[in-house]
Amino acid sequence: MELTLSLGIGVLVASGVWLALRPRTFQVIVGLALLSYGVNLFIFAMGRLVTGAAPIMPKGGFVNPERYADPVPQALVLTAIVISFATTALFMVVIMASRGLTGTDHVDGKERSS
Amino acid sequence: MLGQNLLLLLAVLPFLGAILAVTMPVGARNAEVLLAGGVMVAGLLGLAPLAGEVADGGVVARSIEWAPSLGLDMTLRLDGFSWLMLLLVYGIGLMVVIYARYYLSPDDPVPRFYGFLLAFAGAMAGMLMAGNIILMVVFWELTSLFSFLLIGYWHQNGAAREGARTALIVTGAGGLCLLMAMVLLGHAAGSYHLDDVLRAGDRVRAHPWYGWILGLFLIGAFTKSAQFPFHFWLPNAMAAPTPVSAYLHSATMVKAGVFLLVRFSPVLGGTSAWFWVVAGTGMATLLLGAVIATWRNDLKGLLAYSTISHLGLITALAGMGSGGAIVAAIFHIMNHAVFKASLFMAAGIIDHETGTRDMRRLSGLRHSMPRTAALAIVAAAAMAGVPLLNGFLSKEMFFAEAADWHNGTWLDNALPYIATLASVFSVAYSLRFIVSVFFGPPATDLPKEPHEPPTWMRRPVELLVAIVLLVGLWPAAMIGTVLHGGVLAVLGESTPYYSLALWHGFNVALMMSLTALVLGTAVYFVMAPRLSRANEAPGILSRIRGQQIFDRLMLAVTRRWPAQLYRILGSPRLQVQLRLIVLLSLGATAATLWGFAGLVPREWLQSFDATFALLWMAGIACAIGAAVQAKYHRFAALALLGGAGLVTAMTFAWLSAPDLAVTQILVEIMTTVLLLLGLRWLPKRLQEIPGDARLPARRRRAIDLVIASICGAGVAAIAFAVMTVPPGPTIGDWFRRNAYAEGGGTNAVNVILVDFRAFDTLGEITVLGIVALTCYALLRRFRPAPESVALPSQQTFNELPPLNCPREREAEREPTRHDLMMLIPSVIMQWMFPLTVALAMYLFLRGHDLPGGGFAGGVGFAIGLLLQYLATDVRFVESRITILPVRWIGLGLVIAVGTGMGSFLFGYPFMTAHAQYVTLPLIGQVPAATALIFDLGVFATVVGATVLIQIAIAHQSLRSARLRARESADGADAREEREHRQEEQQQQQEGV
Repeated sequence: MELTLSLGIGVLVASGVWLALRPRTFQVIVGLALLSYGVNLFIFAMGRLVTGAAPIMPKGGFVNPERYADPVPQALVLTAIVISFATTALFMVVIMASRGLTGTDHVDGKERSS
Repeated sequence: MLGQNLLLLLAVLPFLGAILAVTMPVGARNAEVLLAGGVMVAGLLGLAPLAGEVADGGVVARSIEWAPSLGLDMTLRLDGFSWLMLLLVYGIGLMVVIYARYYLSPDDPVPRFYGFLLAFAGAMAGMLMAGNIILMVVFWELTSLFSFLLIGYWHQNGAAREGARTALIVTGAGGLCLLMAMVLLGHAAGSYHLDDVLRAGDRVRAHPWYGWILGLFLIGAFTKSAQFPFHFWLPNAMAAPTPVSAYLHSATMVKAGVFLLVRFSPVLGGTSAWFWVVAGTGMATLLLGAVIATWRNDLKGLLAYSTISHLGLITALAGMGSGGAIVAAIFHIMNHAVFKASLFMAAGIIDHETGTRDMRRLSGLRHSMPRTAALAIVAAAAMAGVPLLNGFLSKEMFFAEAADWHNGTWLDNALPYIATLASVFSVAYSLRFIVSVFFGPPATDLPKEPHEPPTWMRRPVELLVAIVLLVGLWPAAMIGTVLHGGVLAVLGESTPYYSLALWHGFNVALMMSLTALVLGTAVYFVMAPRLSRANEAPGILSRIRGQQIFDRLMLAVTRRWPAQLYRILGSPRLQVQLRLIVLLSLGATAATLWGFAGLVPREWLQSFDATFALLWMAGIACAIGAAVQAKYHRFAALALLGGAGLVTAMTFAWLSAPDLAVTQILVEIMTTVLLLLGLRWLPKRLQEIPGDARLPARRRRAIDLVIASICGAGVAAIAFAVMTVPPGPTIGDWFRRNAYAEGGGTNAVNVILVDFRAFDTLGEITVLGIVALTCYALLRRFRPAPESVALPSQQTFNELPPLNCPREREAEREPTRHDLMMLIPSVIMQWMFPLTVALAMYLFLRGHDLPGGGFAGGVGFAIGLLLQYLATDVRFVESRITILPVRWIGLGLVIAVGTGMGSFLFGYPFMTAHAQYVTLPLIGQVPAATALIFDLGVFATVVGATVLIQIAIAHQSLRSARLRARESADGADAREEREHRQEEQQQQQEGV
């Protein structure tokens, strides 16, 4: 499970980085989305992987923390998901405006001259 | 107790006064003077009762905790030395306030002037009374800031702006050095409390950082007190109104540097490094300032260099560091402040009444303004060190100290000669001031007819000159106690015996004084004809200008070096920059983790699940597919991206994170819709981009592929290594144990978000709101690319009904393209609306105990609204539901902050949550934590933000419809204007 997930994270990050380095704005936005999946999963994985132990606590009584997943990375990732949506949206708007202004979808606002 | 409260008053009152001052009307000159004068008088009255407590070396302190864990607190502390300095700040402040009333012209905006002046007085008082050395630097920088604002008071004047900028950069940079010095000093001394630091002298001097501390400290003090080679800002600061020059740049602010030198001399002084650097710099500045002052033609220029010279004198005394030298330094700080302030005011009067400050034009003013002349002559004589005046006394002390033995080095032996030589010039420039302005034939070509100033403009000068005389005649009676209190505060037990008498017999010091007076007079009368013809400085000195060097340096730092750096590293191309960033972060991570043993995995295959592996095979395929297809097959890439997101969501669900799974799924939908909306405005990419298959492009892709693979492999390796190591105790344990007990909710994730770490969440939803507003604002001026304006081919099969048909006819109009295109989906989507809303509310309400919460609920609700837009068209939806997303955002933030502040009412800190269960009829036990209200704020903000973004993009279709309409018409002006009006109405509808 650990191996599978870390491979998955690696591929998401690699695809994301590769796309982020590409010249077309749409490639970059897809790349950022993939990168944010990878990074969110990475942060989430820092809490270790457990199955069937959602951090829903009993009402009162002794709580053994080891029986539940670590809620801290989850809380971090939860907000990260929403924020990455917001940044994706912002980027989308910027590339729309850039496209309207420059007439191209190259990240530099002009086609490569060479 | 009274004393301690007075301290607070002394520090806070000027700031309160400043706030009041700036709120007054522009022309309220008399009210401003009453206010500012009242603050200064209150300061003096506040100082009076404290005199007794500090006279015998006592200290009054008041401490307010600020950040105790960091050793930071707001300690105010007053001893004899700072009492004496405060006397100058408030006393001369009062004089300046009165003087400025007559100096400023009726056109000048007085609230700004008095506001800044009062704020400066507050900053100065705070600096003098700071009992914590970091706090001291804070106020120190504030004085630089207000000095900047006051120098630039006449900001329409280019010289004032330049002077202000130079002063700010020099003193501000010095202040940063001082901050570093204080941080190091506090560390070396083991405490940031001034009292502790002052006692830790031996420890500090033996500390290995002593050199650094001393160097940085001295840069701070020297820049502020305009010591060579940082002196050049002070003459440029003379572009300030003269009251400012009198107050800040002669009496108080520039004294801050020497104040610091004297104050810290018991801690940092006494070493040979201190003697060489401080005494050497002081002597150099003393001589250089005196020489240049003799050559200046501008009255204020002369006084500025004279001030530099006198500050050098005080610095030299601090550098000598003996008990007598410290006494002389403190005495001279006071004397100089008094006579120099009066001289500046006299120069201001001359400028005001004649229209010029050029000594080559001024002449014979004793005929037209005899009283001012008499006052200025006395003050200038004090500056020259003429007996029976206060300047003479401290200068005698200085001569005695210079002639005294210190450490026998050549600098020590040269001190008396340098001191005498500098005094020769100081006599010469004082004479020049007196003779060229007041004597000789009356000037004829002055811009104004000279006459005496208004009485009250002269009163402050009269009072100050009276002090010059009284202190000069009866020093012990006039100022003995105050000076003694100041000396005791610095030297404590080691205070030497000193005598303030006028007559000490024929000793070396007196001989030096007389020599300087005689030679100085001779030098002036020999040089006088040549002075006014020289270029403001003698010989070689006229060509070396500190200002020019500074300007070149600034040019290099702000223009030339960055340009060179840019030529080496910079690129206008985003890809190159991004590649650099990726490589840098890769390098930094590798360097940090290289050889780190904690990253060796314990077990290679802890657990393996075939289904999970299969799931991720799909996920990996989706990710790679999206990467490959994103260039030419954008829709496919989008679908594959959604696939990767889905796998991510399923992973969350699988691995015990239901909250994340829910949120991820919902956000996934939003993202996909968003990108779909955006794709409409990007070019279709079906045909090959030119040059794409050629070698350079292929090579770039290959290089990036290598970089990306290394990144991915690295992240995978780190993730794997961490996951296979047991976590040990983490902060998460506490959250798990206390989620219910402290937060009143069983869903630990939600409790963290809305209770334990609610402040972070508040920040996050604020960011969300800002991003949404930014998107909205960016799109207000959006103009689509020309080829995107045309209707998409999918929509053109049907004849388009007129889009701008009136609202009331909309219901009975012909079926639109939407009705024909997606009739069945749109009916389903419309019918699903209540269900979606109910689901969103359910997710929101159960959030505290079960997976869900404000974020998930908010996104869900937004999806419900969005579906309506998809189902029909914008106009149809907006004629039926009024959505005001900006208000949702605002309301959400208000609720969140309001909940946080609610805890104030119960005496708890910001964001303290309260939890309990209430029983509602029919529903039963319902958690009623205040965190739930906070979560409502989160919910509303998320709804507003996501809806605002999506609607802003969706509305672009309306815009392009209008553009199409405009293109088809002939584009007449009247039409365009109507379009514009419509557009504005539209924007109002979209937003508020």
